Amino acid sequence: MNKIVKYVTIDILKSKVVLTYLLFLFLTCFGIFNLDNNTTKGILSLLNIVLFIVPLVSLIYSTIYIFNSGEFIELLVAQPISRKKLITSIYAAVSLSLVTAFIVGAGIPVLIYSPDKIGLLFIITGALLTLIFTSLAFLGSVITRDKAKGIGMAIFIWLFFSILYDGILLLIMFQFSDYPIEKLIIVLSSFNPVDISRILILIHTDYSALMGYSGALFKEFLGSQKGSVVIFAILIAWIIIPAIAAIRKFIKKDF
Amino acid sequence: MNTEEKFVIGKKFWFRFLRWIRPLFLSVVFLFFLLPLHAGVINVSSRDKITTIKQAVEIATDGDTIMINGGMYKEKNIVVKKKITLLGKNNPLLDGEGTYEILTIKDVAGVVVSGLTFQHSGFSSLKDLAAIKVIDSRHFSITKNTILNTHFAIYIAGCDSFSITNNQIRGTPGNDEQTTGNGIHLWKNSYATITNNNISGHRDGIYFEFVQHSTITGNYCKSNIRYGLHFMFSNNDEYIQNTFEKNGAGVAVMFSHHIHMFKNHFLFNQGESTYGLLLKEINDGIIRDNVFEQNTIGIYLEGTNRIDVTDNKFLRNGYAIRIQASCNNNNVNKNNFFENTFDVATNGTLVLNNFNGNFWDKYDGYDLKRDGVGDVPYRPISLFSMVIENIPVASVFLRSFIVFLLDQSEKIIPSITPENLVDNTPLMKPVKM
Amino acid sequence: MIDIKNVNKKFGKLHVLKDISVQIKKSNSVALLGPNASGKTTFIKCLLGMLIPDSGTIEINNQSIKGDYKYRNIIGYMPQIGRYPQNMTIEQVFDMILEIRKTALSSADTELMEAFGLKALFSKRMGTLSGGTTQKVSACLAFLFSPEIIILDEPTAGLDPLSSEILKEKIKHERSKGKIILITSHILSELDEMVSEIMYLREGNLVFHSGIEELQSRTGEKSVSKVITSILKTL
Repeated sequence: MNKIVKYVTIDILKSKVVLTYLLFLFLTCFGIFNLDNNTTKGILSLLNIVLFIVPLVSLIYSTIYIFNSGEFIELLVAQPISRKKLITSIYAAVSLSLVTAFIVGAGIPVLIYSPDKIGLLFIITGALLTLIFTSLAFLGSVITRDKAKGIGMAIFIWLFFSILYDGILLLIMFQFSDYPIEKLIIVLSSFNPVDISRILILIHTDYSALMGYSGALFKEFLGSQKGSVVIFAILIAWIIIPAIAAIRKFIKKDF
Repeated sequence: MNTEEKFVIGKKFWFRFLRWIRPLFLSVVFLFFLLPLHAGVINVSSRDKITTIKQAVEIATDGDTIMINGGMYKEKNIVVKKKITLLGKNNPLLDGEGTYEILTIKDVAGVVVSGLTFQHSGFSSLKDLAAIKVIDSRHFSITKNTILNTHFAIYIAGCDSFSITNNQIRGTPGNDEQTTGNGIHLWKNSYATITNNNISGHRDGIYFEFVQHSTITGNYCKSNIRYGLHFMFSNNDEYIQNTFEKNGAGVAVMFSHHIHMFKNHFLFNQGESTYGLLLKEINDGIIRDNVFEQNTIGIYLEGTNRIDVTDNKFLRNGYAIRIQASCNNNNVNKNNFFENTFDVATNGTLVLNNFNGNFWDKYDGYDLKRDGVGDVPYRPISLFSMVIENIPVASVFLRSFIVFLLDQSEKIIPSITPENLVDNTPLMKPVKM
Repeated sequence: MIDIKNVNKKFGKLHVLKDISVQIKKSNSVALLGPNASGKTTFIKCLLGMLIPDSGTIEINNQSIKGDYKYRNIIGYMPQIGRYPQNMTIEQVFDMILEIRKTALSSADTELMEAFGLKALFSKRMGTLSGGTTQKVSACLAFLFSPEIIILDEPTAGLDPLSSEILKEKIKHERSKGKIILITSHILSELDEMVSEIMYLREGNLVFHSGIEELQSRTGEKSVSKVITSILKTL
């Protein structure tokens, strides 16, 4: 680990926003697990919060951090270091610190109350979502020059994946409900990292069994070993592709 | 001696006499009952004079007991037409060799079958072969038997006033609906008592067709392929304190009326089109004090009228209640709904059933009057459940944020969900049970 | 030696550098002057590789800088506004840059650092520092690796008089060692004694680039500010 990664990580972990985020996750998790004596239900309640908060915090915090570090990054660009190494180091540091905050904040309580497959899956999913939305934030902030625009774009990305995407799919479903669109909808929803994370957790709890026919439907597509591999491949692609795009854009960027 | 003394002595004598004579009289009465019984015991074992059950049945007369000792008995089909008792001792094993019906009882009253183990009855798609078949008989009892890997385990037809108690029945695992018979199969009977049996791996755990005035109590039906308990055209029956776990569906009540369902436990009946309790074309029943836990659908009602669903607990089901538009005048009152994904679902918009006075954990109204009843009505049907009704694949959005938003907006301005499916007096606290 | 030939840079429709050709030789200290938005900062950024020119070549010591980053090993840069991560300490900032430069603090040029007394503040977080102290950190970083080329963007802005005097002395001292120094500044008076050449940019054009003595003799003025004013009148 180079010193850019090391010191930027320490810098972020010391920031009030990240500490608040960590504390929020921690207290929420303990709160929910204490309210629900059923841990699976606790995990599902947490899932809603995580799917909502993790992308939002990852996007907004990363974007603001990059814009606030504009002059610092400029200084580093003027140093004898390749831009690729520079942006990779900063990405590594930001995502490392946000993942650390998530794992400490949410991971510890989850592992205490639900030390099983579902708990572990939950933590991995949360960590992957953090990485995905940090990547997207990097791409957004490398493309835009203006801080307000950058934050606007981050909020849009969040709205898009959290609400708009599902809304559009629902519309498609209503419009074409007379056609055999099951596979299409499942495939389309698996392209949204938020949806696919939610489905991943749901099919590994007893929820799919409770959902009867439709539960069986997506369990058939995504619940198998192959399905899990595909889901993780999609999630990892969501990390790597925006990150690579951001790196490429950064290398050619004018400061 | 004066007369008074005489009287006293006389009184004393009579007292003494009575003290003597009473035990004696009782012993004689006892012996009177015991003797014929004692005299009529026929022992069957490989070491006895009589080595087969068939022989024993042949020589037995009414009232005799055939004591079957431990060992393996492969006797093809044993037919009993006498009032006898078949008792097992040291675990005798009656084997049908996968071909025969093992024990057939016909046209007789008062037969007892107890303590025997039956296995490997014949499997036939033409005849309903069973381990124990009873036809046109009465006042018999089948108790404490173990029945393994049979087509039908106990098959009763045209009988009345009998009991089936404490039997352990296990079907062959891996068979499908077509190649397996029912655990306890009743056809055209009345006044049956079925108590504390343990049935698994059959098509239906307990099957009733044209059975009246019968009671099913304390049975445990697990992992049966179709239903744990199945009623067809059976009226005025009741089932109480049974447990139905992980069956294709817990209980199916079809084309019947006046069925009472009390204190049963329906759990883990999960899968496609799977229910805790399926009601189809039934009228005038009572469903009270039951627990429905983690079923895909707690209760499914179709073509059902005048059923009272009261004091039940619905916990963590996919759907607690699915009530089709063909149901009328059912009352769902004073139940507790906890942690169900959907509380109520329906396929129509017109609802003629009454859903008042339940506790719904999803209710977020308030009680300013402090009378324990929420001031705003609760609508147990969510918009999303209506969406899934029409477009099943929409369930990929279960627990997504947009669905939360849709449901909230629907709560504020109901537009799609049935207007009159509403609990006008939702409780603030769970009903005590 | 810096050799710039026909460099053009556009930001969209805005033509910021128009066909600039300049040569800066060793032991020269150049003042880069011009009104706002004349292209000074763009020029510096091209030199530092922060911007890539649309056309033209930039060579340092006869090596094109295009696609290279190692050439920056011989450049020290002090930006106009230095802002650093809030929770990073001064020591961590130095440590990080030292690692990038693959240099140990013991072998670095810590003259300025000591003159500013920064060592005593090593454990302070950047977010708690005043603007002046932050500028001192930036200045130290520019000189830390004894670079052959030192680029200073408004170096004395925000520094107290004493500190800016220290910095000026350091600049003179480095120039005497044969280094190339490029300074932009709005305060023309402070450039006296520090610069040997003046480059003047206006609207992306290089108006002139000549030695200070030549300009002084041409205008008959002594101080930089008067020299510039009189030249601008003649244009």
